[in-house]
Amino acid sequence: MAVKQISVFIQNKKGRLAKVSRLLADNGVYIRALSIADTQDFGILRLICEDVDKVNSILKEAGYLTTKTDVLVAAVKDDPGALAIIAEALRDADVSIEYVYELATVDNIVYLVVRVDDNQVAAAALAGAGIRTASEEEIFKL
Amino acid sequence: MSNYYQPEIETASVEEIKALQSEKLVKQVKHVYENVKYYRDLMDEKGVKPEDIKSVDDLHKLPFLTKADLRDAYPYGLLGTDLKNCVRIQSTSGTTGRRVVAFYTQKDVDLWEECCARAIVAAGGTNGDVCQVAYGYGLFTGGPGLNGGSHKVGCLTLPMSSGNTERQIQFMRDLHSTIICCTPSYAAYIGETLKEMGLTPDDIDLKAGIFGAEPWTEEMRRDIEKSLGIKAYDIYGLTETSGPGVSFECEEQTGMHINEDHFLAEIIDPETGEVLPEGSKGELVFTSLDKEAFPLLRYRTRDICVLSRKKCSCGRTLIKMSKPMGRSDDMLIIRGVNVFPSQIETVLLKEGYTSNYLIEVDREHNTDTLDVYVELTSEQFSDTVKEISAKEKALANAIKIMLGINPKVHLVAPKTITRSEGKAVRVIDKRKLHD
Ligand SMILES: [Zn+2]
Repeated sequence: MAVKQISVFIQNKKGRLAKVSRLLADNGVYIRALSIADTQDFGILRLICEDVDKVNSILKEAGYLTTKTDVLVAAVKDDPGALAIIAEALRDADVSIEYVYELATVDNIVYLVVRVDDNQVAAAALAGAGIRTASEEEIFKL
Repeated sequence: MSNYYQPEIETASVEEIKALQSEKLVKQVKHVYENVKYYRDLMDEKGVKPEDIKSVDDLHKLPFLTKADLRDAYPYGLLGTDLKNCVRIQSTSGTTGRRVVAFYTQKDVDLWEECCARAIVAAGGTNGDVCQVAYGYGLFTGGPGLNGGSHKVGCLTLPMSSGNTERQIQFMRDLHSTIICCTPSYAAYIGETLKEMGLTPDDIDLKAGIFGAEPWTEEMRRDIEKSLGIKAYDIYGLTETSGPGVSFECEEQTGMHINEDHFLAEIIDPETGEVLPEGSKGELVFTSLDKEAFPLLRYRTRDICVLSRKKCSCGRTLIKMSKPMGRSDDMLIIRGVNVFPSQIETVLLKEGYTSNYLIEVDREHNTDTLDVYVELTSEQFSDTVKEISAKEKALANAIKIMLGINPKVHLVAPKTITRSEGKAVRVIDKRKLHD
């Protein structure tokens, strides 16, 4: 039950994030969730939004480097240890986690975006541990 | 089968060429001694008289001229004729040190253009060709030189100058250009733009390109040939010696034939000034043989290369020079190691990156640092920091293997390294700021 994510390469320079955000805003793109990974030189902006293909072509036309990836959205009870349950289930299935970020918390359920090296194995492992993964449809209704 | 613009010169025997060179050298030395006080003083200082120069074998007796001499003599000190006999000047951009201003009489211009014409014909050019000159026009010698050569061959000449790349491609398509002349970095950029416009080499009629005025690698040649669907020919020259056309490549693509009837070449040891035998690597030195306005005797080019008289399949007997392996001006000494930017470029292209790069050298705590900025391509971008960092490391390692020093590699977004439409700026040496 994978969800599409767009990643954008951003130079680590003043104003670069503002520029890409303005571009998306001017094109009426609603960002459901985002995270930024950064190093000294560059950052990767990751976006969950509707109509991924359209957003991707807007970015590409403006000259950005982008890539689309499938990520999982795990929905667990918003308790201390929510992340631990997910991480342990994936570790036990020998799946490596690249990164995790929060998408939303609704009705005491936290939705976490999880990027792993193997979505199928990870989804099965989560299901096996009783952790639900949310569909694209579901997350945009939250 | 090869075509020649001036077969009587281009395929002359070595003996014929040497005899012609000797005859011209005697005259040129006399002309310089009588008209150029600056050089006369150098000769007097060395105790050499024009009568001592009887043939090319006496060349070594003459003093060298260097870029520093050109600076000292700026602007008129090396002028070989009255200004009223001159019809043209060309000049370097002056990016390193003071600019060089070269003067031309009408005869100088004609001979220069003939040299360029030989290059165009060697690249397959005839009066049936449409030659797009996308070198900069103006003070820079690239545009005017190839423009004149193209006229001499009788090509339909498109004096486009550089820049406005989409318009270049439009003209190229509408007027069916078959030959393009520009800097190699601009040729690469045209190829890239063609692709961006959704076009392929099949959509244009180019068959050959003549590229010079900056160093380029064999990898870059293959890239350009592929992206434009052409055969790419190198051309060499310096403003000091007239401009492009001092030497040019033939279809063998294994070095550039020197127009020896106008330029006498030597290779010297850059440290001692000693003349080295054919086949040795060293600094290229030129002596003009026909110049009226700006004659230079034993001018040190700072270009490191090799000369060869090996028989060429094109039938030309003119001596060949290798592509310069670096300029002593461009040579960076980083942590005591000699580094040429072209070496780094070779690694980048081999590793699948573009030739858009910037080298930054600095000094931190008395140690030289080398930072290499390279544009990431769409195929190489991945979603995790880990993978991009791994690519940076792999590239740094490949550069280290080539140079023996460890660089810091920075992958940057496409089109963030300034594009060149003329000469590329590839090196920023910040150490100079501290000295
Ligand atoms: Zn040849």
